[in-house]
Amino acid sequence: MNLRSATIAELRAHLDQRKLSAVELTDYYFERIDRHEPTINAYVTQLRETARSAAVKADKIIAAGQATALTGIPIAEKDLFCIEGTKTTSGSKMLADFEAPYTATVSEKLANAGAVTLGKTNMDEFAMGSSNESSYFGPVKNPWDTSRVPGGSSGGSAAAVAAGLCVASTGTDTGGSIRQPAALCGLTGLKPTYGRVSRWGMIAFASSLDQAGPMTRSAKDAAIMLEHMAGFDPRDSTCLTEAVPRYSQHLDQPIKGLRIGVCEAFFETALDATVATQIREALSILESLGATLIDVSLPHMTASLGAYYVIAPAECSANLARFDGIRYGYRCEDPQNLQDLYTRSRGEGFGQEVKKRILVGTFALSAGYYDAFYGRAQKVRRLIKQDFVEAFSQVDVIAGPTTPTPAFGLGEKAKNSVDMYLQDVFTIAASLAGVPAMSIPAGLVSGLPIGLQLIGNYLDEATLLNVAHQFQQTTDWHTLTAPEAP
Amino acid sequence: MNIPTGWQVDIGLEIHAQLSTEAKIFSGASTTFGNAPNSQACAIDLGMPGVLPKVNAAAYEKAVRFGLGVSGTINRESRFDRKNYFYPDLPKGYQITQMDLPIVVGGHVTISNEDGTQKVIHITRAHLEEDAGKSIHDFKPTQTGVDLNRAGTPLLEIVSEPDLKNASEAVAYAKAIHHLLTYLDVCDGNMAEGSLRFDANISVRRVDAEALGVRSEIKNLNSFRFLEQAIHYEIERQIDTLSAGGVLAQDTRLFDPEKLETRAMRSKETATDYRYFPEPDLLPVKIDESFIDRIKASMPELSGTRASRFETSLGLPTADAQLLAGDRSLGDYFEQLATLSGQPRLAANWVKGDILSRLREQDLNISECPVSPEAMAELLGLTVENVVSGKTAKAVFAALWEGDAISASTYVKEHGLEQVSDTSAIEPLVTELLREHPKQADDLKAGKSKLMGFFVGKVMQATSGTANPQQVNEILRAKLGL
Repeated sequence: MNLRSATIAELRAHLDQRKLSAVELTDYYFERIDRHEPTINAYVTQLRETARSAAVKADKIIAAGQATALTGIPIAEKDLFCIEGTKTTSGSKMLADFEAPYTATVSEKLANAGAVTLGKTNMDEFAMGSSNESSYFGPVKNPWDTSRVPGGSSGGSAAAVAAGLCVASTGTDTGGSIRQPAALCGLTGLKPTYGRVSRWGMIAFASSLDQAGPMTRSAKDAAIMLEHMAGFDPRDSTCLTEAVPRYSQHLDQPIKGLRIGVCEAFFETALDATVATQIREALSILESLGATLIDVSLPHMTASLGAYYVIAPAECSANLARFDGIRYGYRCEDPQNLQDLYTRSRGEGFGQEVKKRILVGTFALSAGYYDAFYGRAQKVRRLIKQDFVEAFSQVDVIAGPTTPTPAFGLGEKAKNSVDMYLQDVFTIAASLAGVPAMSIPAGLVSGLPIGLQLIGNYLDEATLLNVAHQFQQTTDWHTLTAPEAP
Repeated sequence: MNIPTGWQVDIGLEIHAQLSTEAKIFSGASTTFGNAPNSQACAIDLGMPGVLPKVNAAAYEKAVRFGLGVSGTINRESRFDRKNYFYPDLPKGYQITQMDLPIVVGGHVTISNEDGTQKVIHITRAHLEEDAGKSIHDFKPTQTGVDLNRAGTPLLEIVSEPDLKNASEAVAYAKAIHHLLTYLDVCDGNMAEGSLRFDANISVRRVDAEALGVRSEIKNLNSFRFLEQAIHYEIERQIDTLSAGGVLAQDTRLFDPEKLETRAMRSKETATDYRYFPEPDLLPVKIDESFIDRIKASMPELSGTRASRFETSLGLPTADAQLLAGDRSLGDYFEQLATLSGQPRLAANWVKGDILSRLREQDLNISECPVSPEAMAELLGLTVENVVSGKTAKAVFAALWEGDAISASTYVKEHGLEQVSDTSAIEPLVTELLREHPKQADDLKAGKSKLMGFFVGKVMQATSGTANPQQVNEILRAKLGL
């Protein structure tokens, strides 16, 4: 077997057949990390020691014949999941030396399932960005073309899987932060229904939008990962109580007769013509599998970007107030008084993009502006939800592009915020509505991967994963690997 | 202090009451007072990255109890909001509070003025929120310490309408709320530990003015005395300013208890914009009827209702009824004793008399009273049936209190304290005494009625107090032909 392109499912078979041990597998990835990490910069922290002991433990479990799906599987975690005793930075200078005093639910569940965490991945600072260029720890390179960005904010998680520096990773998605980098790096990425996965221990960007999900090499792997990440957690009041289906056991349903909604609005805006052609091609493949394409309209989708860039900054302006230099995190040198301590610690500890969003959010919530901005954005959000409820009364899944273009060059959009924000124009609506959505590889444009976005009804991740898996049974875009970085 | 003629005063209070729950409002950490700094602040209280709040149902229950106690409306759906401001003892940089949909809306309490008249004070709302930590400024000369033990302690902020017209009404209202909170076991009412704190909104206007005047808010008054003093000072300051042709600016002030004055902390112009918005980490709290019914069922009878019941159905004088119903445990004790003995008035006299004075002497609560209502009822029974005299009863009570007696009746029996009502035992004694004191006997017979006491006293002495004085009287009269 080619380990470089192996999936979780394939590695499972190898581990269980004792063709290689979990320790050997871990070593394999760390050798690759040694070789490629200097170029890719996917990791903020490597956890060699804890990974090795987790692998040793996994081997014992495997030897005892008690392995489950993730036992001994090497993964990476976005660096905003707190892991006790481990540096957790959220890509920021503010938390460059912060050691988490407790463990996130997602990390705890994955560790309990026997996954071996190789390290914490690079990301846009506090998950704010679509290119991974706002990280304090330097930009991540797209393994498909290292002069290009991997997308963001889960850019490190995407690049790590795409470059073969782990087999799967965790990401978080607030407006597209799993789906967009998955698309740009040729991966399968799933943002679950809001509340499906616990947010406990996940450093918040925008609480009402943040949702963790898997980034993998196949829909089947995404199903396996999600099974182990999702579920009710009493520590998160917004977490849903519904039982978690065995997603990986429901991937073989024929999609004959499945109603797939196509929203023309996705094809009218900023969408690159070549990408559009490729997406239409993907849609016709679904059609050839027996699905019916039906036009649906999401009339308020055009307002989603504006609403998002009010709500998310508003929430982040409060969420990031705790980083004040008082109890933990970055503190400026020699503060003269309290005001000085605050302004310099925050001024020096946060990067440009974070500061910009805090300012925007603070403004949007200010007396006299609240109704015009935050109040109106919430109204738009309700309308968008209504649009999806309406659409899902007619179709089972909505399909379209994940991003307007393939990966863009490093530095290309860094100077123009609006250009950068337009990266999320197709992904934000699902985030505002809280419905699940995923991106799967749908071809190459000029040698760069692009993604097909599938949006599902509330808590219907199973259908999304099944459609994605069926698509991947007849296409091989997801099996392509990025060229080896120098 | 009298309000100067031509002026009227409007005062509204915001009362912050710490709820007496074991755990904090959004975390499982303990709320105990006085532990080592930061020893009871968990990751949630410290505002660590990635933590989430979780509503403590016990805090909700306390808030509902209060709401029902003031006949307010309980919002079936309430919500939390974030109030944003920076301060070192506010770990998250925002306080979780309730802005648009508080748990309690409306309600009222009745206060008694000094002249005995009653007045209804309206409550605007009561909402749940988390307390902040404490900044300790005398920690080191150039540094401030932060103790986050208090951070996250549940608070109920009770906001009144500006119905209060002077300092004594404000104090009476504050005391009424304090009483209600402790009576309903919503708050421990411990002022010294900061369990209750007041913000007073005060404004003055000419008697003929319709609109309220420009108000000042005096923050963080932590005793009834400071509340009164601050209001006095503030009324005087505002009236003096306006009388001298000055203009008042809306501001927030602090009271200096040493100088007995208030000082401006910030003006309206520099006031913080708290940028309230719905707390996205918490869902709206929906309360079902069964939750409210369960709390209703567990509510004690309120003291006002209880006092009128003591008055009308138990026949107690108004003052006694109010005294006994004023404290929940005292009322419970009295009511138990009244029921067991079947003698409400006698029970009331004992409780407000001997029992209360002994409790006060030893600084005890009624719950710590060493004599149970059952034991007291037995003693009351002995007095009613004339088995013991009133004087003996007091001695027996003392013995019960000190633990020298197991029960009143055994003690009386063992010590031979039964009242002697048997004429055959007393008659010879009287005959003997009249013979021993012929002079006094003659004088008494001649009309010197004071001497009756002399003879009765002698009989009581000879019987160690067990004779029935009434009977001794009758025998004497009969013997002397009076």
